Amino acid sequence: MVKNIVNWIDERIPMTATYNRHVGQYATPSNFNFWYFFGSLAMLVLVNQLLTGIWLTMNYVPTAEGAFASIEYIMRDVEYGWLLRYMHSTGASAFFVVIYLHMFRGLIYGSYQKPRELLWLFGMLIFLVLMAEAFMGYLLPWGQMSYWGAQVIISLFGAIPVIGDDLTLWIRGDFVVSGATLNRFFALHVIALPLVLVVLVFLHLIALHEVGSNNPDGIEIKKNKDENGWPKDGIPFHPYYTVKDIMGVAGFLIVFCYVLFFMPEGGGYFLEKPNFEAANPMKTPEHIAPVWYFTPFYAILRAIPDKLMGVIGMGLAIGVLFILPWLDRCNVKSIRYRSLTHKLNISQFAVSFLVLGYLGAVPATPALTIAARIFTITYFGFFLFLWIYSKNEKTKPVPERLTH
Amino acid sequence: MKKLLIALVALVPTLAIAAGGGAPLQEANIDLNDTESLQRGLGLFQENCAGCHSTQYQRYGRVAEDLNIPIDEMRAKYLPEGAKIGELMENAIPDADAAKWFGAAPPDLTLVARVRGEDWIYSYLHGFYKDESRPFGVNNTIFPMVGMPHVLEGLQGLPVKQEDGTIVATGGALSAEEYDQVVRDITGFLVYSGDPIKLERERLGWWVLGFLFIFFIVAYLLKKEYWKDVH
Repeated sequence: MVKNIVNWIDERIPMTATYNRHVGQYATPSNFNFWYFFGSLAMLVLVNQLLTGIWLTMNYVPTAEGAFASIEYIMRDVEYGWLLRYMHSTGASAFFVVIYLHMFRGLIYGSYQKPRELLWLFGMLIFLVLMAEAFMGYLLPWGQMSYWGAQVIISLFGAIPVIGDDLTLWIRGDFVVSGATLNRFFALHVIALPLVLVVLVFLHLIALHEVGSNNPDGIEIKKNKDENGWPKDGIPFHPYYTVKDIMGVAGFLIVFCYVLFFMPEGGGYFLEKPNFEAANPMKTPEHIAPVWYFTPFYAILRAIPDKLMGVIGMGLAIGVLFILPWLDRCNVKSIRYRSLTHKLNISQFAVSFLVLGYLGAVPATPALTIAARIFTITYFGFFLFLWIYSKNEKTKPVPERLTH
Repeated sequence: MKKLLIALVALVPTLAIAAGGGAPLQEANIDLNDTESLQRGLGLFQENCAGCHSTQYQRYGRVAEDLNIPIDEMRAKYLPEGAKIGELMENAIPDADAAKWFGAAPPDLTLVARVRGEDWIYSYLHGFYKDESRPFGVNNTIFPMVGMPHVLEGLQGLPVKQEDGTIVATGGALSAEEYDQVVRDITGFLVYSGDPIKLERERLGWWVLGFLFIFFIVAYLLKKEYWKDVH
């Protein structure tokens, strides 16, 4: 009976073939480690954001007059509304934690290298859209930090010569951030950007399954196939990685739910304290800080004295990641078989990113501004050094088969 | 009088650090499980604060339920005239009038504990002192140049800043100890108001974490079983 139905469908659309291609018969390297949990976890968080977002939309009021009160209505009067709201707000931060770790995994194992350049580019586009999505979402609670954070970030576009002022006006739909801005950000946050995100995730997966997954050894498992054409170091994604990822999901949810139930404000970093006060255009908060996941880039913006150069610097900090596959000219992928120079360079990059993240969250002082300048240079230095030394890098011999 | 002095001496270490604008905060140590304190806090708030400050994001009925106050008692003791049990706790005076009287409209206090923190509220209510240069005759160590009168002066007495920075109040209806409890009760009620679901959320959280630990063990064993034939 079931077989007949499956056959009936398969004669009309390639259901079984698609399942096999992407799950049942997708050859996955057998040596994935801890770092490989974050791809599936990013999917989990995306689904969490979509579902809780839909339910929040049912009670949220996207007007300057009603937005803040409607959030408190959700928190107090809607059954389990507090749970939906905290799942969504904690999920936003979790999304960036997971994505940053996922990107770092790609960085250390050279997953951006040939033939995975498009896979990396789709990933970078996802990151870019995610930042826009998070930025617009943060305006919706209409708290003080929502309002002033948006005011500061949108005004950055004003630094662009000639069109700057008109551009900020066009983005806001008003001369200051107002109900008009809130309405359009709401539309983009709940419809436009999620649609783009889902399409990009689809393309990211199609690109992944076309070229196959990289692995901690950075070896192409497709180069060693048995007589049936199955990679000798490959195992089917299902059941092996489905059961392993379920374990990853359980581990992730323990941490996620701990934050959700016991510290939903995330120490004032996931939900900033001033955001519990309704937006007031007449009252500027003492210290305006973006949410933690933007702080590394915000620190770069502030480190550069000229406003326009700062905006360009911040844009470049993200833009340079797009061309990473072409900056790295080494043909060995994994950090395991690359030079000490490369290991040190990646380490200093990670440190620079974290320090910039800290510096972007605290008020600027002259000493801290100098620190931010130094780490801005080391951040960009990573890419420059990589481009220089990777051409003739002294690498270790790469094994034929996977090591475990 | 002797009792008052002893109480003040006991308070000196905590009060001393509160001297000066933006002074370090004193610890409020609020216990949300102390329902009686929260009930007293509600009463004190309704009597002394709610005339000007709304807590407009919460409803009378919900507060009654959370603080174990029977609905009839809630109606009789805590509801302003004409208010209904299901209504939001909005205040009596319009913002425009309030702005005229105080220079700025008194802020809504539903979420003040989440904006400022419990220690700030506690320290603020302990921070009033006599200052003739101010319109209402008082200033505040935590919030210098504040536009609010010392509403609890009848309870605390007139607080005077000493040369060493400590604040000593005399002539109030309450002893220093009793006044400290009043401040703590009000602070506790505002902490509750800011995050009314906190206790329920944490109770539920333990069950969720417990389930997830078991789920993790099952998932781990399942993974181990499947992966036996790899390598």
